[in-house]
Amino acid sequence: MTNNQLSDLPEIREHILRMSTDGGCFTGASLSCTDLLVYLYTSFLRISPETISSPERDILLLSKGHDVPALYGVFAELGFIERDRLKNHLRVHDHIYWHPNRNISGVEFHSGSLGHLLSVGLGMAVDIRMRGLDSRVVVILGDGELNEGSVWEACLTAHALKVDNLIAVVDRNLFQANVRTEDLIPLEPLTSKFEAFGWNVECVNGHDFEDLDELFRRLPERNGAPTVVIADTQRGRGVPSISERADRWFCNFTHEEVDALIDELHGRSQATITSKTLVVR
Amino acid sequence: MIPYESLLLECVRGDERVMILTAENRGHMRNAPALMGDNFIDVGIAEQTMIGMAAGLAARGRIVLTHALASFITLRAFEFIRDDVGIPALPVIMVGMVPGILSDGNGPTHQAIDDVGLMRGIPNINVFCPSDEDDLIIGMREIIFSGKPYYVRYTNAPAAVDHDKSFTPGVAEIVAGPRGCKRDVTILCYGVLLRQALQAAARLSTEGITVQVVNLRTLKPIDESIILDAAVNSDLVVCLEDHFLTNGLHSIVCECLVREQKIVSVLPIGFSTWFRPAILSDVLDHEELSGEHIARRIKDRLISQVELQTVGGSLV
Repeated sequence: MTNNQLSDLPEIREHILRMSTDGGCFTGASLSCTDLLVYLYTSFLRISPETISSPERDILLLSKGHDVPALYGVFAELGFIERDRLKNHLRVHDHIYWHPNRNISGVEFHSGSLGHLLSVGLGMAVDIRMRGLDSRVVVILGDGELNEGSVWEACLTAHALKVDNLIAVVDRNLFQANVRTEDLIPLEPLTSKFEAFGWNVECVNGHDFEDLDELFRRLPERNGAPTVVIADTQRGRGVPSISERADRWFCNFTHEEVDALIDELHGRSQATITSKTLVVR
Repeated sequence: MIPYESLLLECVRGDERVMILTAENRGHMRNAPALMGDNFIDVGIAEQTMIGMAAGLAARGRIVLTHALASFITLRAFEFIRDDVGIPALPVIMVGMVPGILSDGNGPTHQAIDDVGLMRGIPNINVFCPSDEDDLIIGMREIIFSGKPYYVRYTNAPAAVDHDKSFTPGVAEIVAGPRGCKRDVTILCYGVLLRQALQAAARLSTEGITVQVVNLRTLKPIDESIILDAAVNSDLVVCLEDHFLTNGLHSIVCECLVREQKIVSVLPIGFSTWFRPAILSDVLDHEELSGEHIARRIKDRLISQVELQTVGGSLV
């Protein structure tokens, strides 16, 4: 698959929108990291439905677990799970709900509580190093998640242990759950914070596949330090009527609104949304 | 090298899956780490990161022993234990140092006297509370390779008794007094207070009071058959623990007795609030947990039970 084709995988955003009804999901956060996950799973990570149990596989952990519709959309399109299974979203007989579950093929570790998986990923990266493998561990962090002290605790330890097969990717969509990051707990200057912790710091446009490819071809830097990629993204990317809006974090649309949003996604018409969306989660 | 670190070294050398992690807590492993190579990691004073890392290592097939002070590993890292170890039931062992009364002069921040309750409340997490160093070593040999997550109340106290060398989680050992027959008192206990329980039993026996002393070893799983036997064959069941009365052994015993519809007189001996920090022997005395105090408290209770029965009441 070439990079030009990568940018044309609208099916994944469709999956996310289709999960944004009948109970809903965290739509805005899922759309911001969709392109990151598409790029990583198709062009960087050495993992496929055939190798999901191989000890030599690369690992991706979704520490900001509420964007799991994007992950499941990728899994459905790449054959990790059946596409039809996404219809089981929020059904008690399956495990597809608002946060990742390890019973879904391809999910390496469950999450939901923020600030956990950088340390879990660090443990996995240490195991990989001890086994003499060259696998990489990628941990997707939310920028709001960086409020959690445990993230920075893990940063200190990862640097001390010189774990250079660990890559943290910050989905820098500039939003906490309900407000903008810089209006609540300012993170900037973010690059110098990570640099001060001894990490390699890279910045990238998280929606530009050429930019992502130019960067990730060079990663991880095997210089004895872990790497963080700060990926500039946009909440609700691809669907203008819900993007960049604080009240479109968790969305539970009507079926008609979902259809209208899918039309909007494909540039056919603009949706009119009247559903109140829940921001208390 | 003390027996505990010798055991760790033996496990690491015998099985490459075994990893030893510490949150800069090396008081009980001063010599072994240098001999463990990459299988030893000191993560720094970072309990959450230690447990998260342990979960990541265990998810990749390793058996991970983690070490920090009991109050910090159970409280600071509680959610990491619950979410990252408990939910997936990974083979991570949380070893808590200076648990319970062993924090002696540290003060309430260090008093892990809620730890058993916290850990037993998490599905899949088991709880092992050895009474002394021998008990610790005997039990650790089993639980390290059990494939299950455990919380361990660490102690290197000198052996209180000659322990049963066989160890099965959920099987207690009777360390003193009559077995399988009627007696006046059964003391159910765990941890370092076993020594005080034995001293109390010895004192009471000189006054003709028969006492069975039980070392429970694991509190989860718990030996329910021994609790029920105590209820049937004793006039008084004593729950002795250096833990809050809420959510520790007393609560476990009450839950069991209520579920099984057994009625028996129960005397809980433990803490209602934090204890006064001091050297250990003075703490035992001040908190009325010495063998002498325990014997008196049991005798007082037996006397009050007899008085109640004399005035026409009956507890059983």
